[in-house]
Amino acid sequence: MRTSIRVAALGATLLLALPTASFAEGDAKLPHSDNDVRNIPSLQRGARNFINYCSGCHSAQFVRFNRIGTDLGISEAELKANLMFTAERSFETIRSSMSPADARKWFGNAPPDLSLMARARSPDYLFAFLTGFYADPSRPTGVNNVVLPGTAMPHVLADLQGVQTLLPAPPGEAEDEDADVTSRLKPGSSGTLSPEKYAEFARDTVNFLEYIGEPAQVKRRDLGVWVTLFLLVFTGFAFLLKREYFRDIH
Amino acid sequence: MSEEVDQGRRRLLVAATALTGAAGAVLAATPFLASWKPSARAKALGAPIEVDISKLEAGAMLNVEWRGKPVWVVRRTPEMLKQVEAATPLLLDPNSDGSVQPRYAKNADRSAKPEYLVVLGVCTHLGCAPMAKFQAADVTVSADWPGGFYCPCHGSKFDLAGRVFKGVPAPSNLTVPPYSYLNDGRILVGSDATQAA
Amino acid sequence: MGNPSYDTATARGLWGWINARFPLEKMLKEHVTEYYAPKNINVWYLFGGLALFVLVLQLITGIFLTMSYKPSATEAFASVEYIMRDVEWGWLIRYLHSTGASAFFIVVYLHMFRGLMYGSYRTPRELIWIFGMLIYLALMAEAFMGYLLPWGNMSYWGAQVIVSLFGTIPVIGDSLAEWIKGDYFISDITLNRFFALHVVAIPLLLVFLVVAHILALHEVGSGNPDGTEIKKYKDANGIPLDGMRFHPYCTVEDVLAVGVFLLIFCGVVFFAPTMGGIFLEPPNFEIANPMQTPPHIAPVWYFTPFYAMLRAVPSAFGTQIWGVIVMFAAIVVLFFLPWLDRSPVKSIRYKGWIPKVALALFAVSFVVLGYCGMKPPSGIFPLLARIFTGVYFVFFLGMPWWSRWGRFKPVPERVTHNAH
Repeated sequence: MRTSIRVAALGATLLLALPTASFAEGDAKLPHSDNDVRNIPSLQRGARNFINYCSGCHSAQFVRFNRIGTDLGISEAELKANLMFTAERSFETIRSSMSPADARKWFGNAPPDLSLMARARSPDYLFAFLTGFYADPSRPTGVNNVVLPGTAMPHVLADLQGVQTLLPAPPGEAEDEDADVTSRLKPGSSGTLSPEKYAEFARDTVNFLEYIGEPAQVKRRDLGVWVTLFLLVFTGFAFLLKREYFRDIH
Repeated sequence: MSEEVDQGRRRLLVAATALTGAAGAVLAATPFLASWKPSARAKALGAPIEVDISKLEAGAMLNVEWRGKPVWVVRRTPEMLKQVEAATPLLLDPNSDGSVQPRYAKNADRSAKPEYLVVLGVCTHLGCAPMAKFQAADVTVSADWPGGFYCPCHGSKFDLAGRVFKGVPAPSNLTVPPYSYLNDGRILVGSDATQAA
Repeated sequence: MGNPSYDTATARGLWGWINARFPLEKMLKEHVTEYYAPKNINVWYLFGGLALFVLVLQLITGIFLTMSYKPSATEAFASVEYIMRDVEWGWLIRYLHSTGASAFFIVVYLHMFRGLMYGSYRTPRELIWIFGMLIYLALMAEAFMGYLLPWGNMSYWGAQVIVSLFGTIPVIGDSLAEWIKGDYFISDITLNRFFALHVVAIPLLLVFLVVAHILALHEVGSGNPDGTEIKKYKDANGIPLDGMRFHPYCTVEDVLAVGVFLLIFCGVVFFAPTMGGIFLEPPNFEIANPMQTPPHIAPVWYFTPFYAMLRAVPSAFGTQIWGVIVMFAAIVVLFFLPWLDRSPVKSIRYKGWIPKVALALFAVSFVVLGYCGMKPPSGIFPLLARIFTGVYFVFFLGMPWWSRWGRFKPVPERVTHNAH
């Protein structure tokens, strides 16, 4: 009987453990974005980066400026002065300044909306994408990307990063354990930012993208702590109550 | 059953669990009830609207929609303002004591600037939209009509300041929404503050 | 006049007034205060109550989601993001519902496993099991249709794959698939009808089946881990000696179970609502795109054991119907469980090693198949899926034989129970 319980418990544990087994997305190892959605200054910089460099082509159609303002502590006046180039009123969402028809004509397909990109991919993926452009003369844009080969997107950040080169894979050698998809990229022509500063730039931008993917996420986690504490109290009382009543059961 | 059941402890634990559970249920219900409040989109759609009144001719009326209701802007001529004065003895509430309006519109002509009347075009009786009958002695209303608004549903009458007449079904004056002047030619309906929201 | 089954002499006040007209007190007595459950039921017997709790949670959150959701191909995806961003607390309601779907299957699978372990489906509880299986089927339909509603790319292609299964049926397949979709592809029309079924038809059916399941249970009485019948030994008042009243004993136990469940459940809702891409899959954060399939299509985790079986069977004689047959057979065979099991005892406690190993193998096969179904069909996974599809069917189809093998321990007359 004991063994049967143990066998059953094992089966149940496996069944319960199943959902927690995490997916390894793809084969390529991604660098860590190391962004922190609680870092407000980083999010503010990310918002500025997004508006200056991304929103020319990409929309974030579900994101309202006034929500950004509230969550990131940016005043109405600052929003208007620094972020709202495509909008007149702060409750509007982030539209791109390019029409979808023009986009298709110029790039072959419309640049995707970025509201949910961090959830559809991952912050690590976006960080690898932003830092993963390298020179490739065979492409119409002159660049290619390590995580999205054949991307139609030009390297709009080339002024900042410069254009990297991709070193050939070391022949036959087993690669370093820590190597990720960006490991074989080496700085080429120099940009206005140092590699460290550029990584910082990419990190802030990814941070902002993760935030807009789920604006309620910080509130969600904070509230979760209180909910858990409350439930511990409730479950504690329920446990004592159950034990008290089960003294009747012989 | 049991030899010594501590009824006091039992009652205490039942009360503690029930109270915590009830508190939890109330807390859990809050987000559901709060989800019925106007959403960010509803707030965006219901945001104050700017109305260009610079091209409005004297004696004419502009009808704009704000939060799903008609807002009338009437540019009153001096004659029309005289009609407002003439109507005063016939009114139920000439001082607007029982109606809804911002402080700056609680006056004889019910407006921030006498020249422009801004009022919600919703009859205070049952919510019909009254019709503009600005002409005095308009026979479609009555021979002694001083000019104003006439509600076709149940015959309520309002003067050119949106004030209700005596002896009609509507109980109070037309509502004046909050508004402010951005400049001489533009008003913002829905907000008192000069800064656009 | 009045209700003859109610003692009108004691009918006083509002309570009496109601009970003279409606059997409220009678029902409460029958199903709550004077329903007797075996004293020896253990933690495995809590999942039924939890499933009911999750059903109520899904109904409430679902109703509130319906208030902001738009069942149209052009608006559905945006309306979900509207709920997540613009509706106050919408994100919480949505996560409760999406996590609730997975939680429902977790507690139902554990509830069913309890049935397997302790022979809960055996005489006189066959009909309870049948109702339960119908609930499980309805739940799968409910989950499948609900999964299309966010109109993400995984929603779209998941529905595409499942509906295509019907297309494999010879002769009528194509017209059947077209009839289900109401179009030549998964479209606005499909979404709209799935919405109607998801929010009205199947929930009604589920509630009806749950009531039938519980009524059938209360008619014959609850089973227990010893596989005995507590109604055999009653005291002078006709009360089972090994029973305890549902209220307060089972209710306080269920309240505790709900507390523990909510701790885990809210942990997921507040700290990992996507569960690393298993409860909410990354491709579903992109809008449905009929032109582009996500790299790995897999159904949500609770369907993956059956999906793995579907893929495990190769096409033959120019048709893929065999995999579909195997997949549906895997579910249908569960209905026959009460008649497949020929063991002389109900509970695993009194069975020999053969049934114990068989049950363990079944549990392993279900989990491994579930894992294979999530993975792309390459490497070792197709082989594993084939092996364990075999194990799954040998478990059920061989049951009439293996369930009688080995030595069985004597079942006690009364329940075994250690006081707490």
